[in-house]
Amino acid sequence: MSNEMSGKSSAISMFFGSLGRYAMRGIEELGDGTRLGMQALSLFFVRPWQGKHFVLQLYALGVGSLAIIIITGAFTGMVLALQGYYTLAKFGSESLLGAGVGMSIIRELGPVLGAFMIIGRAGSSITAEIGIMRVTEQTDALEMMAVNPKQRILLPRIIATTIAVPLLVSIFDVVGIGSGYIVGVELLGVNPGAYMAELIAKITMHDIYGGWVKAVVFGFMIGMICTYMGYRATPTTEGVAKATTQAVVVASVGVLIMDYILTSFYL
Amino acid sequence: MIRGENLSKRYGDVDAVASTDIHIKTGAITAIMGGSGSGKTTLLRLLSGLEIPTTGHVWYGDEDLCDMPDKRLYEVRESMGMLFQYSALLNSLNVYDNVAFPLHEHTDLDEDVIRTMVAMKLEQVGLRGFENLMPSELSGGMAKRVAFARAMAMDPRIVFFDEPTSGLDPISAGVISTLIHDTSKMNRMTSVVVTHDVSAGLAIADHVILMWQGRIIAKGPPDSIRESTDERVCQFLEGRPDGPIPFSRSTTSYIDDLTHRPGTVRLES
Repeated sequence: MSNEMSGKSSAISMFFGSLGRYAMRGIEELGDGTRLGMQALSLFFVRPWQGKHFVLQLYALGVGSLAIIIITGAFTGMVLALQGYYTLAKFGSESLLGAGVGMSIIRELGPVLGAFMIIGRAGSSITAEIGIMRVTEQTDALEMMAVNPKQRILLPRIIATTIAVPLLVSIFDVVGIGSGYIVGVELLGVNPGAYMAELIAKITMHDIYGGWVKAVVFGFMIGMICTYMGYRATPTTEGVAKATTQAVVVASVGVLIMDYILTSFYL
Repeated sequence: MIRGENLSKRYGDVDAVASTDIHIKTGAITAIMGGSGSGKTTLLRLLSGLEIPTTGHVWYGDEDLCDMPDKRLYEVRESMGMLFQYSALLNSLNVYDNVAFPLHEHTDLDEDVIRTMVAMKLEQVGLRGFENLMPSELSGGMAKRVAFARAMAMDPRIVFFDEPTSGLDPISAGVISTLIHDTSKMNRMTSVVVTHDVSAGLAIADHVILMWQGRIIAKGPPDSIRESTDERVCQFLEGRPDGPIPFSRSTTSYIDDLTHRPGTVRLES
């Protein structure tokens, strides 16, 4: 009996021990990541300016992610219109479809789904690219050529994601609302005037700013997490693969957690 | 010019470099030799400031490289060059842009002047005409030569070479060794060459340092190393499998490992 008890208590202490270790490691990594990101950001005003590299990154992240954002935005708007129409029809409120689609996309789905798409499309490639640069000693080579890799590699990517995500989310919103209009008005027969009137009446600038604030915060988070994961990746092929997976998981979960926090502040 | 004082670098439980004092002679070629895992690359990375020592200091003139603010460190590095073991070419740039990279970063020279300088550097390594190739399109030897041209682009005062001839055919290795020797002498450059290629190391160096288990076991001009009676030095130079430097680095008994694992091997007496 006492053996059984001591076995149980040691299993519990082992469980809490490993939980504590995970928590400690998480806090350490959060601190390390924040410090690395801040070191990179502190170089923003230090010469040489990284304007050219920032524009290149903005192009790669922004224009490169445009197709996936348009496709995701279009189908999200279409599904919302379909689902919304049949739900609203039960209450005879089909005219509210425009407001429903618009609010869902602008306040929630645009920033969150847009961020997910950018994490998958651009965030993972940022981590893999930086990780491979570490494996092949390219970051060391930059150091030895008197070029700070934090300024050259990390900074432009963090700034580029912070700016690209809100722009892409805006495109997502417009495409989503437009495709919702096509499905609602052209396919399901909702009155076009009612769709647009409700959309304009119910959506305020507060909603739009809220969506943008979320997108800016998500973009910054994606940049910080994905660059950190790549920069601190174990310099092996397996290490880079693991870092890329972790970057996608951590950034996605981070977006969801931050979405809840921002929504609770902004509502 | 560069001096390491009581340098140690510890990774986990392993001392990659242990309590080492080293003086790199200005204008000379210093070869750091030793077997795999002897700590020579770690020592090179400590001397170049790429690694922070666990203990000790690296003096660059009268400044401590380990305590330097980033701004000063990058200023100092403008007078340094490094050839990495796997070349470390920036793989998003072609050969021209790789060699021109330090010039674009640290000078205001006209593109025409930079083009001329790159052509001179590439001619020196026998690769003029390959400017548009990407690093993925180069052989190992060509990549090393491009990396050499890049390391020399700013006419540095000190150049670090990490295993410059490893993995190369004898001709390419000979070309690289000759380039290191001739360029160092011509430009009165301080060169630190990490290598386990005994013949190349002894042939080009003015000063040789031999390492084992993170410590310097012999140093001096190549002739004094060749004539050394130290068993460890002789074993390394002659490449003998038996001697005081063991091949196996296992820390546990082989028999114990085999017999104490359940369901493996049982040795009957």
